[in-house]
Amino acid sequence: MNILCFKLALAAYLAATVFYLIFLVSMKKGMARMGQAFTIAGFVLHTAAILTRYAEAGHLPVISLYESLSFFAWATILVFLICDYRSHIPSLGSFVLPLTSISLIYTLALPSHIEPLNPALQSAWRGIHTISAFLGYGAFAVAFCAAIIYLLQERQLKRKKPGALYYRLPSLETLDFLSHKVLAFGFPCLTIAIITGSMWASSAWGSYWSWDPKETWSLITWFVYAAMIHTRVAAGWRGKKASYLAIIGFLFVMFTFLGVSLLLKGLHTYG
Amino acid sequence: MEVCILGVSHQTAPIEIREKIAFSKIQLPDALKGIHSLPDVKECLIISTCNRTEVVAVVKKGGRGIEEIKAFILKFHNLDEGALYQSFYVYSSETAVSHIFRVASSLESMMIGEPQILGQIKEAFQCAHDACTTGPFLNNLLNQAIRVAKKIRTDTGIARNAVSISFAAVELARKIFGDISGKAVLLIGAGEMSELAARHLISNGVKRIIVANRTWQRAQDLAEIFGGEPVPFEQIHDLLDQVDIIITSTGAPHLILHKSDISSAMHKRKNRPMFLIDIAVPRDIDPEANKCDNVYLYDIDDLQIVVEANLKERQKEAKKAAEIIDQELARFIKGCALMEVMPTIAQLGIFMEEIRKKEVERAISLLPSIENGQRQVLEAMTEAIIKKIIHRPISRLKDADDPEALKELVNATKKLFDLKD
Repeated sequence: MNILCFKLALAAYLAATVFYLIFLVSMKKGMARMGQAFTIAGFVLHTAAILTRYAEAGHLPVISLYESLSFFAWATILVFLICDYRSHIPSLGSFVLPLTSISLIYTLALPSHIEPLNPALQSAWRGIHTISAFLGYGAFAVAFCAAIIYLLQERQLKRKKPGALYYRLPSLETLDFLSHKVLAFGFPCLTIAIITGSMWASSAWGSYWSWDPKETWSLITWFVYAAMIHTRVAAGWRGKKASYLAIIGFLFVMFTFLGVSLLLKGLHTYG
Repeated sequence: MEVCILGVSHQTAPIEIREKIAFSKIQLPDALKGIHSLPDVKECLIISTCNRTEVVAVVKKGGRGIEEIKAFILKFHNLDEGALYQSFYVYSSETAVSHIFRVASSLESMMIGEPQILGQIKEAFQCAHDACTTGPFLNNLLNQAIRVAKKIRTDTGIARNAVSISFAAVELARKIFGDISGKAVLLIGAGEMSELAARHLISNGVKRIIVANRTWQRAQDLAEIFGGEPVPFEQIHDLLDQVDIIITSTGAPHLILHKSDISSAMHKRKNRPMFLIDIAVPRDIDPEANKCDNVYLYDIDDLQIVVEANLKERQKEAKKAAEIIDQELARFIKGCALMEVMPTIAQLGIFMEEIRKKEVERAISLLPSIENGQRQVLEAMTEAIIKKIIHRPISRLKDADDPEALKELVNATKKLFDLKD
């Protein structure tokens, strides 16, 4: 049941990707509306997939790589839909949807059976830790897309030779404002994830912080985003510089999320 | 009956000729009535703008309508034929319909996508309508042309991007700031183009406008016009960090704002973006200032490049518009064919109904003891037979795509059933 829902959700996301890409080329508003409709449909199905899997597993199903990637995509789409509702930048969808769809296509190659949860890890902290971590990741992914769009549009405006993208991409301040808002949401999420994670560690392993690779790298990621927010407020690093930082920050996120789990062995499974 | 267009436009005639042939608003009703009273003209309307004068008319097929109209125009304006004949163009039937669609959609305008032409067409239509020189065909054609033009404006981007320097500047400001309503503008120096740009920015809702000029009086005058605040020229450097958009157009032979001025202002305003428009020649702002982060400096040539790119974008969109016109033309022709076939279909129905009624009466007179219920059955049965018999021929008539084939079918139907016109 949950696998079927998941595949239907992926199909809807793929359709949304196609519509958003056609929108980027043709600039027809109807295409963006179709993209949005399919994204919402996909998100509803995706939510159903996660809930039914939760019911089947008896715990929040974020253990295997399959589940983690799926949950990451879910959080990214959630943040995107909120941004789309608040500031309506359809061309953002032309970047976010392909990114999520590709990561979800990758999950199709992964084993999708439900893994049991180690009873020692059963804790109230687990839910808050996982959800806030992934909401943070989702926000960083959206900020990453906004930063890429910003740099593309910035280049068009600096070079003074309007190309195809100039006409299709939103204004610089809109993008800058959006990524600032998204980071202002993602950063507290990451902070909460680290704090609740150490609470959970203390109840499960008896120690708040044990310099596990995941812990170390998430702390590094936290410092990158803290630096970004600090330089923006104190030194006015906005626009281009802030966009570079958002891209670097997301690379750290990806390493913390996937690289550490795949390359370095530690206490965390995935996520 | 055939629709045709006779006209001159900026593509075929220079202004010296166009001004002679143009009809003023006062002349229009007389000219319309004059053309309408010509023997071979059934309906007519006149589009007369500074770039084109066209008579759209429904004339008798194979008649001398076009020649009559041409002679009328020449006589109306007291012109000799000779030199003018070269300037006229004539379109008829399908090409005429396609031409009027193109004109209304501004594809034939000097500036593709310009918004005035549709209003001018509406006015011309209204004027002819008031003079009672249009009929069912032109009414339908013009309503369709207006609808197609609106569709093209919304479905394609022919009117999307600015094609004047001052509007291009406003669009760039929007690409940088998104919403420019809260922004502050500094206008240094005066000039037609910079004032126009300032005016566009104001109508887009900028919050604050500051005017600086070498002559204090001029600064005060301009500030009054724009509802802004005048400042002495010497103080502009202190204001740089407070404004988001700067327009310069002084006659100064040297730079007024150096890169260091801009970078220190950027530092003070915490790198919030700045849009600098330098319309002056020689330039007022050091071109190097564009290298500062979040500073976008455009001089007159840069703006010109943007305008040209916008024009190219419009031309691309014009191709999409031409496709829409082809589709709409096919639809229009189909609609006209249906209008021609409708009378025949109606006649056929009447013809059948008359036979049916006669035969039913006769049958009833032979059955004296027939009851009311039985009579109804008889009526229903004969009606159903008729309906089923003529259903297929009618659908064949309605579905015929090719106008020639349709004409043959209509003629055959008329002959076979001996229907009169």
